[in-house]
Amino acid sequence: MISAGVTPAGTLATLGEDHGMGGVRVLVGTRKGAFVLTADGKRERWEVSGPHFAGWEIYHLKGSPVDPDRLYASQSSSWFGQLVQRSNDGGRTWEPMGNEFVYDGVTGTHQWYDGTPHPWEFARVWHLEPSLTDPDVVYAGVEDAALFRSADGARTWRELPGLRGHGSGPSWQPGAGGMCLHTILLDRVHPERIFIAISSAGAFRSDDAGASWRPINRGLRSEQIPNPTAEVGHCVHRIAMHASRPDVLFMQKHWDVMRSDDGGESWREVSGDLPSDFGFPIDVHAHEPETVYVVPIKSDSEHFPPDGRLCVYRTRTGGHEWEPLTRGLPQSHCYVNVLRDAMAVDSLDPCGVYFGTTGGQVYASADAGDSWAPIVRDLPAVLSVEVQTLP
Amino acid sequence: MIRVVLPPHLRTLAKVGKEVRLALDGEATQRAVIDALEAAYPMLRGTIRDHTTRRRRPFVRFYACAQDLSHEPPDAPLPEAVATGAEPLVILGALAGG
Repeated sequence: MISAGVTPAGTLATLGEDHGMGGVRVLVGTRKGAFVLTADGKRERWEVSGPHFAGWEIYHLKGSPVDPDRLYASQSSSWFGQLVQRSNDGGRTWEPMGNEFVYDGVTGTHQWYDGTPHPWEFARVWHLEPSLTDPDVVYAGVEDAALFRSADGARTWRELPGLRGHGSGPSWQPGAGGMCLHTILLDRVHPERIFIAISSAGAFRSDDAGASWRPINRGLRSEQIPNPTAEVGHCVHRIAMHASRPDVLFMQKHWDVMRSDDGGESWREVSGDLPSDFGFPIDVHAHEPETVYVVPIKSDSEHFPPDGRLCVYRTRTGGHEWEPLTRGLPQSHCYVNVLRDAMAVDSLDPCGVYFGTTGGQVYASADAGDSWAPIVRDLPAVLSVEVQTLP
Repeated sequence: MIRVVLPPHLRTLAKVGKEVRLALDGEATQRAVIDALEAAYPMLRGTIRDHTTRRRRPFVRFYACAQDLSHEPPDAPLPEAVATGAEPLVILGALAGG
């Protein structure tokens, strides 16, 4: 009998004896459209479909954990604005849904780059996070930073205003990439709990389903801001958790890889022996909660891998001790970046790991990172990678 | 009938050809044409003008009869040739970006 479950990445998985028998569907958002890559459980031969929404920026696509055929996609362009697309058949066909993202109440201001007040202005949806329990409920993290929720399958959207309104909102300031809410983590153990992260405000937690929020940045240290240990103002690039241990969080900050063992109440650095602790994505192995992956990038002024060698680093001890994973990855003249939403894991056994690059490659590892091979090499710049593990 | 030429991305989105025809009840203005266009093709809402401010998106332009009408007031009458259907109102994406 096949039973369905949810992985730390929020993907549908087969459990127990069915590990390894399913297939995977990799959802790739790029600067010029979306691509859907599918394979059986061996993850050796891939079918590629796309581009869907050719010519549009697809910041993110993600499937519902409870209905793998229900996908949501964020489609945007500088010319024609924001669209949200929905598929009910695993990405074969799509339907445009609601695209009206209106900030709740008085819009207010945040800080502009020069420190002056600047009105909140909607730019785009960076991240879509479908509910763990209801395929019609989906959250959207947007720029300028705010969290929206739809309860009707993305037809209509309402802001959860407690986040911007909790008090520190007027002091938030955009990072170089814009003031984006890019990470949304839902907690299966504590269904009312939501974690989000904003560049460059920091991480926040709600314990009442998004009604109220508080910053959770104690222990972060950012030398680039006036008060390096300020309550808000940190450039958090990505947060990840394992579904079985939602109090343990891993963070790739602008600089520093961090860990929390108390649901974000406090953080400590676990960068250890990484060659650079700057980077964007971070993710956790599907079956080993202490195994974590990052992609070190040389620096915030040179967004490419150290020495032109593309390496994923893996810790099996929850941080501090990291090993380079290079087999199958380019080890010379490689100057791509891997963006914050462009890494994901499947829940087959062995765990599959996937990431996309700004050079248009999507690499896959079917052995938890020991070896890598490109699924595709020449897509437009990859903005996001998600994976669904299918029955 | 008013004739409207859409840019390629919006044709794909609305699943229409290069040109659509719209019936207007009142005077032919930019606002009336976009209202009718969005009513006929709801998926275009927000792509030509902002949902809230109703202002034309910055990289969208309106042309007709060899004139750039982009900066005309939304309630200004469109040229007679557009109102009669002799000429289309052209909606296009500005030359911007790379």
